[in-house]
Amino acid sequence: MRIHRVLAGVVTAMLPCFAPAQQDTLKEIERYRQLLQESNPAELYEARGEDLWKTRRGPKNASLERCDLGLGPGVVKGAYVRLPRYFADTDRVQDAESRLVTCMVTLQGFTIEEAKRNPFSGTGAPMITTDPFSGVGQRSVMTDLVAWIASESRGMTIAPPMSHPKERLAYQAGERLFYYRAGPYDFGCVTCHGDEGKRIRLQSLPKMDNAKDAQRAFGTWPGYRVSEGELRSMQWRMWECIRQMRFPELEFASDASIALITYLAKKAEGGTFVAPAIKR
Amino acid sequence: MQPKMILALGFSGICVAGCATRPSDSEAEGAVAEMIKASFKTRGQAAIDRLKQDDAQALCSRHSGELPKGASEEIEKAQQATLRYPSSGKLMGDWREGERIAQSGGGKQFTDDPARPAGGSCYNCHQISKQELSFGTIGPSLYQFGKLRGASEAIQKYTYGKIYNSEASTACSNMPRFGYNGVLTEEQITHLVALLLDPESPVNK
Repeated sequence: MRIHRVLAGVVTAMLPCFAPAQQDTLKEIERYRQLLQESNPAELYEARGEDLWKTRRGPKNASLERCDLGLGPGVVKGAYVRLPRYFADTDRVQDAESRLVTCMVTLQGFTIEEAKRNPFSGTGAPMITTDPFSGVGQRSVMTDLVAWIASESRGMTIAPPMSHPKERLAYQAGERLFYYRAGPYDFGCVTCHGDEGKRIRLQSLPKMDNAKDAQRAFGTWPGYRVSEGELRSMQWRMWECIRQMRFPELEFASDASIALITYLAKKAEGGTFVAPAIKR
Repeated sequence: MQPKMILALGFSGICVAGCATRPSDSEAEGAVAEMIKASFKTRGQAAIDRLKQDDAQALCSRHSGELPKGASEEIEKAQQATLRYPSSGKLMGDWREGERIAQSGGGKQFTDDPARPAGGSCYNCHQISKQELSFGTIGPSLYQFGKLRGASEAIQKYTYGKIYNSEASTACSNMPRFGYNGVLTEEQITHLVALLLDPESPVNK
């Protein structure tokens, strides 16, 4: 994995050489991504996640094998692409991570705080070392689990259910949050994701109201981020965007995070899910 | 009487279909207000009150870029009233300092040291000097900004005002109101004005 980080550094350092023709640079990065796709380190996370799913843990010394991700207890295949969804037992719309929190509490006997601790893995990227939920070199059970669960939907069609009123409400709330501008920079999600073909520096930005862009964005998280040498989840993507928007911290697995993910999932409906993918 | 009844039935028929698929606006707005309260927490310098919107933020959010007639003018007028220029009267600083500020993308995040000055994040969204190839495209290219406009006092004032409060001239602009919101200091803004207008700046070469 260290090699990937070194490689990422090399590519970044090489950018100015390619830059006279920016299209060439983007093409090079795309080619580099494809090369990495063939040996995606996400597989390591997926393998650990599958083990964790089957391992007896917590005060109740139980595995997660009876966890209901929406398709019935223990059904993982195809579950991720049908999330977020309404769950009657919690009377909430939940995404993969918030549902895992529920299962860790009900099946394994962890407290909610314990289940939410360390939602993101960290290997020393500056933004993460200051995070109370993770530390240098710290593995994240949540990240490993969600990597495996997502991988069990690879190749499937993104199809979040919208039949329950609370699912529709989550979508509507997520849409409003997407356009919610606030803070010292006047930013909202829409600032960067409201127009087609835009970039921050050299990073291309998806327009979330455009099905193709949304499908590519939603369909590639969780993703192994070469620049960080870490696998990152959709919850992390929301948390990190919100941080860069200069908002206060978005609580892990909170209703706002789930509403935003519901909005994105619906926008990406019909797309092919290819995650855990590899990212810059 | 009869045609009216048919009309009423027609409308209620539409409502059954429409209302079943979409929560009411007030319901969704209530849910959002609850989420704003419960799903975020103060961390470092990013306090929870940052989510309270001012009038311009609230209007721009509600209409997501397509404002009702007259609203743009209303926002711009209100924002123009916030414009403050340096008491020294000096609007052009040092373009070299300006380049450093334009490059820096930090500031105001909960992971940033509040004791350090914020950057302008300008290259995140704009092409500025020709030398920097890693630039964003959310905003227009500013290359040759001064060469095309000159550096008259009126242009200096316009440029300073644009950075101080972008919404004084463009309601719901994507660009932060750097001066009005207290992100950049007066002095920092004068350096950015110089980067854009000084004939010696690489922007105008």
